[in-house]
Amino acid sequence: MTATTEKERQEFQQEVAAWFVENNPGDPGFLLPETFMEVGTDAQFEYLRDWQRKVYEAGFLGMAWPEEYGGRGMPQVFQDIATQEMASQRLPFMPNTIGLNWAGPLILKMGREEDKQKYIKNILSAEDIWCQGFSEPEAGSDLGNSQCRAVRDGDDYVINGSKIWTSLGSYAKYMILLARTSTGGANKYAGLSYFLAPMHVEGIDPKPIQKLTGEYGFCQTYFDNARIPADCLMGSEGEGWNIAMVTLTFERGATGGQAGGIASMELNINDVVELSRRAMRNGKPAIEDPHIRSQLVQLITESRGNQLMAARAKIPALATDWPTAVPMSGKLRGSELKRRMCQLAVSLQGANGARFVSEQAIDGGKWQRSYFNSFSGTIGGGTSEIQHNIVGERVLGLPKS
Amino acid sequence: MSSQITFSDEQTMLLDTATEFCRKHSPIETVRARLDADQIDATTWKEITDLGWLGINVPEEFGGLGLGLSCVVPVAESMGRYLMGTPYNGAITASECLATSGSREQKEEWLPKIVSGAIGAMALIETNGSWILDQIEAQAIASEDMFELSGTKCFVTDADAADFYIVSVNVEAKARLALVKREQIPEGNLHREIVIDETRRSYQLDLDGIMVPVDQLLEGSDFQAIEFASLLLLSAEITGGLVGSIHTIVEYLNTRRAFDKVIGSYQALKHPTVKILLDLEASRSHLYHAATVLADDNAGEAEIALRMAKAHGSAAFAFAGDRAVQFHGGFGFTYECDAQLYLRRALWCQYQFGDEAYHRQLLEPILLD
Repeated sequence: MTATTEKERQEFQQEVAAWFVENNPGDPGFLLPETFMEVGTDAQFEYLRDWQRKVYEAGFLGMAWPEEYGGRGMPQVFQDIATQEMASQRLPFMPNTIGLNWAGPLILKMGREEDKQKYIKNILSAEDIWCQGFSEPEAGSDLGNSQCRAVRDGDDYVINGSKIWTSLGSYAKYMILLARTSTGGANKYAGLSYFLAPMHVEGIDPKPIQKLTGEYGFCQTYFDNARIPADCLMGSEGEGWNIAMVTLTFERGATGGQAGGIASMELNINDVVELSRRAMRNGKPAIEDPHIRSQLVQLITESRGNQLMAARAKIPALATDWPTAVPMSGKLRGSELKRRMCQLAVSLQGANGARFVSEQAIDGGKWQRSYFNSFSGTIGGGTSEIQHNIVGERVLGLPKS
Repeated sequence: MSSQITFSDEQTMLLDTATEFCRKHSPIETVRARLDADQIDATTWKEITDLGWLGINVPEEFGGLGLGLSCVVPVAESMGRYLMGTPYNGAITASECLATSGSREQKEEWLPKIVSGAIGAMALIETNGSWILDQIEAQAIASEDMFELSGTKCFVTDADAADFYIVSVNVEAKARLALVKREQIPEGNLHREIVIDETRRSYQLDLDGIMVPVDQLLEGSDFQAIEFASLLLLSAEITGGLVGSIHTIVEYLNTRRAFDKVIGSYQALKHPTVKILLDLEASRSHLYHAATVLADDNAGEAEIALRMAKAHGSAAFAFAGDRAVQFHGGFGFTYECDAQLYLRRALWCQYQFGDEAYHRQLLEPILLD
């Protein structure tokens, strides 16, 4: 099955759409997280894991992955259609994001045959949850400087150190782990190695970190003389940096091969407009308040500006004076806009703006929670302040601060 | 709403040529030298005419290139970037107005003249400063086969150099458009106005005493077409102006030293400059999207795109001009500093054809209800 016709694709789209309408998991009765980084309670986790399994068993996940490992061996276009349908029906996301989108494609690309047999199917079914051990408390974005040690001892590696921002750490069975096997070598990168490490081992302790929302969404993972089998090493010692870079191309979506499915429920300005029709200010829907109307139009205009910049970036003739301005500012623009959309959503609610996650709050308090969680975008991956410096220095050519 | 932007080979070529032309003809010394000029720069106007830029939007059957307003945008943007003062935008709006509201005879008579350099000027705004183009005070009263005009028009740019004017007047309580020829204006009816942007040569036109034959009333009265063309051209000028102001700011931030450091290293100056850059990128995207949907003849989407472009651009350019002055410190407070030229240009653009608050208000029912 290689070439597909427009008719096949349309029929498939209808089939998928109908299945998702029929099998929508519905309101769980509690507030769901909006991204895989925000899964904080067992109830949330189980609901999402069950949903992923159901989607996989229906055949709408890993459709382009090889059949012998649990996929369906179909052309990518079918998976894209299914993924698009999940997004447009605004269904819950697939919680095993790190497995589906980063670790899975990496194992398929670079793993040994036994790794593929062992891991791939359970990534798809959410039987085995994966997490990522790259960042460290003392080396946030500076991955090459990772200090977590892995020392070979007989048939094991002994791991000592800690990793931070481990999303799903307390639910994960495996971790993609970057650790230092040598302190010598030509440079700091040469001593790094890459492991497909089991989490359920004595001496590995993922401690949940409480976020500003009060919830738990990620962990700091401590390694205290934890012994993992030597065959967890991916490639050979010293290849860790290169494998981590390949992982990042999957993570950033620069390379295809992911299993598909959505990883988050994207907030969009239309949701805020919709909320403004329901949320009341002084006895009237917020959308009737002239001040709110003006702010809504401003944010719609800005959000449109971001979409249009993406379209314009594809036209080289229109990238004249500062050609890297648009691509270099994507995270800054997107994360700041999201933060401000959430702020506005909270401000629509009158006195109820002061509520937090609870039954009495509008939409269960999800807007207040989204606002707090939006800081993960404006802080993570380089704060907005650092992003301003980067754009100012690398795009405009201003001197370093 | 589509998020489409198309940029044709013609537009690419025009952007290259126009950027180079304006860079050469309008260095900042020339801009300054022309601030108190009595007359338009006839030599440059002749070159613009010879390049065919006045016919870009004029249909081929009337001697133009028939490329539409979207191809005028790169030219207007380039002129904005180099603060060039020419009657170009007024002339283009006049030809667009004739093309959309003129009768066959009116088009045949005037469009070829415009293509070969005749200057048209728009006389729409009145002393109350209203932006609502079809709510006006000026009158045209018919007596036999002539109209007698009365009222006052302002912000008529390059009126002294114009060959004809498009004037909005009420005829039997309905806003219409009349073409008035230069020779039909009595001596003493044009007065130069002092306006904030000194690169503009703006005039008040007294209509009292002007008589025009009835056949100079335009057949149609498409005020929306005038507004759309004006918003597009102003947004182009704003986008160009933003580019110019960023270059001016960055150059100063990279050379001026204070407290032992080049001032561009201070985040208090660097971060707002980045905001201006990102505002420019958004403005330019809104602009070329508006040009795209306008070319597609989609009036509904064009209205949204144009109002967004003008609203976003107005606020962004005013902020850029304001900060450009501030970032130049004591020098910024002087007339000699070029930052004031951008601030003045920004304020002119902001208050012509609706500021950001006005366009957002008009967008509200379209986007929210």
